[in-house]
Amino acid sequence: MKRGSLRARVHRLAPTLLVAIVFLGAWELGVHLLGIREFILPPPSSILAEFSDELNIFLGASGESILFSAARATLWSAVGGYVIGCGAGILTALVTSRWTIISEATMPFAIAANSIPIIAFAPIMNNWFGITNPASKMAIVAIIVFFPAMINTVRGLTLVDPGQLELMESWAASPARILRTLRIPNALPFIFSALRVASSLSVIGAVVSEFFGGPRATLGVYITQEASGFNFASAWSAILMASLIGITFYVVVLLLERWLMPWHHSRSE
Amino acid sequence: MTARVIEARQINKVFNPAREEQVIALQDIELAVSAGEFVSLIGPSGCGKSTLLRLIADLIEPSSGELQVNDKSPHQARLDRDYGMVFQAATLLEWRSVRKNIELPLEIHGVGKQERREKAQAALELVELGNFGDHWPWQLSGGMQQRVAIARALVFQPSLLLMDEPFGALDEFTRERMNMELLRIWRETDTTILFVTHSIPEAIFLSSRVVIMTPRPGRITSIVDIDLPRPRSFETRALPRFHALVAEVREVLRDAHVLE
Repeated sequence: MKRGSLRARVHRLAPTLLVAIVFLGAWELGVHLLGIREFILPPPSSILAEFSDELNIFLGASGESILFSAARATLWSAVGGYVIGCGAGILTALVTSRWTIISEATMPFAIAANSIPIIAFAPIMNNWFGITNPASKMAIVAIIVFFPAMINTVRGLTLVDPGQLELMESWAASPARILRTLRIPNALPFIFSALRVASSLSVIGAVVSEFFGGPRATLGVYITQEASGFNFASAWSAILMASLIGITFYVVVLLLERWLMPWHHSRSE
Repeated sequence: MTARVIEARQINKVFNPAREEQVIALQDIELAVSAGEFVSLIGPSGCGKSTLLRLIADLIEPSSGELQVNDKSPHQARLDRDYGMVFQAATLLEWRSVRKNIELPLEIHGVGKQERREKAQAALELVELGNFGDHWPWQLSGGMQQRVAIARALVFQPSLLLMDEPFGALDEFTRERMNMELLRIWRETDTTILFVTHSIPEAIFLSSRVVIMTPRPGRITSIVDIDLPRPRSFETRALPRFHALVAEVREVLRDAHVLE
């Protein structure tokens, strides 16, 4: 990496880091100065202490860290549901866009379904798949991410430059060829914007559906149980864990996007 | 005897026929273009010049009349890749490098990799962008992008080049330079060019004939032979004959308007 670009990066990141430090500092100080009780808001230092305790258990051989097992289970539900939901959404879009009539008929339903609070189905899914079965959480996540993935893919496949379509026609390109060479690449930025939104949605969906019940070692259950047992620092450390999972997931999708669409990424730099 | 590239007889095109919003886009079009000609279609918006171009390209069908391209139906001519097309927007695929954009029509036609490379490189050199094959389209200026579009249209070495206001979005300086470039390419490739524009000086500078069209209904009002000497250069625009022709075409368009 060039020195100049590294310096530029530091310059760009500095304000963000500063905001984070000021925010955490104000939180820590505020809790101590105002004498806020732990059950209302623990200071960042005790949340971090709790988190690093669990991390030590996880890294060491002495016993099992429930927080990290919970994180693994929730991550599995989120990623599993994400892959199933996004995969199904993109496939449905590809199939329906082949026949404009079908996609035009189904789009209003997809858009309407997208504004339904899917999470309300969590108890139903618990009945269907069993409360401790990860499939009940995956199903919720899959339904939540299905609609944005499908809607964006249909948009990307249909919002093609008319001039480019005319050119393809002038070269007597087959519909399959047009799909492969024009429509799918045209849809990629749309698909990735859905995949990024869905990455955050999937973690939210997994944690919230666990609030409705699940095995002890899942973040949602862990948070509810620790909070009702007055272990607020550990509840907060699980929230921190969920945030880390969400952010990491988002960054992974972002990197995948940059790798698969070099033209898009380099253009915005 | 030179071959006929385009032959249009009694062409009519009606959009939304037998409806209230029916539009007669073209009425009784008669046009013959011979091999090696440079013909411009000129006229105000709505005169049907782009519609005529699309009919020849077989992107739409005439309502009535007889149309032949290289003595074939436009449909057959399209399947045989007899023409290349250039629009006002370069319409390059942003996810393909410049070279891959130019190779695209060959790729669709199933031409092998080696041959694709060679033809694309030759087309790039023709438009003087030999070193830009590996750039992304957005890294090029508007004029350069339009040259890539021309290279892409010529990569099949078609006998006919259809151009729909190809330089309409460029600034005046780039436009004049592109006019010179296009005349050079025309000389070097023996292509017949049908060129849609609404710039009178551009049409006269480039063409061997200028076809003047008027709207409502779209029809050919008159055809002016351009007897300016070739090769044409920057000095051509200063010739008294050039100005006389500009005035003549303007007159025809004004008269057509007065008659309405």
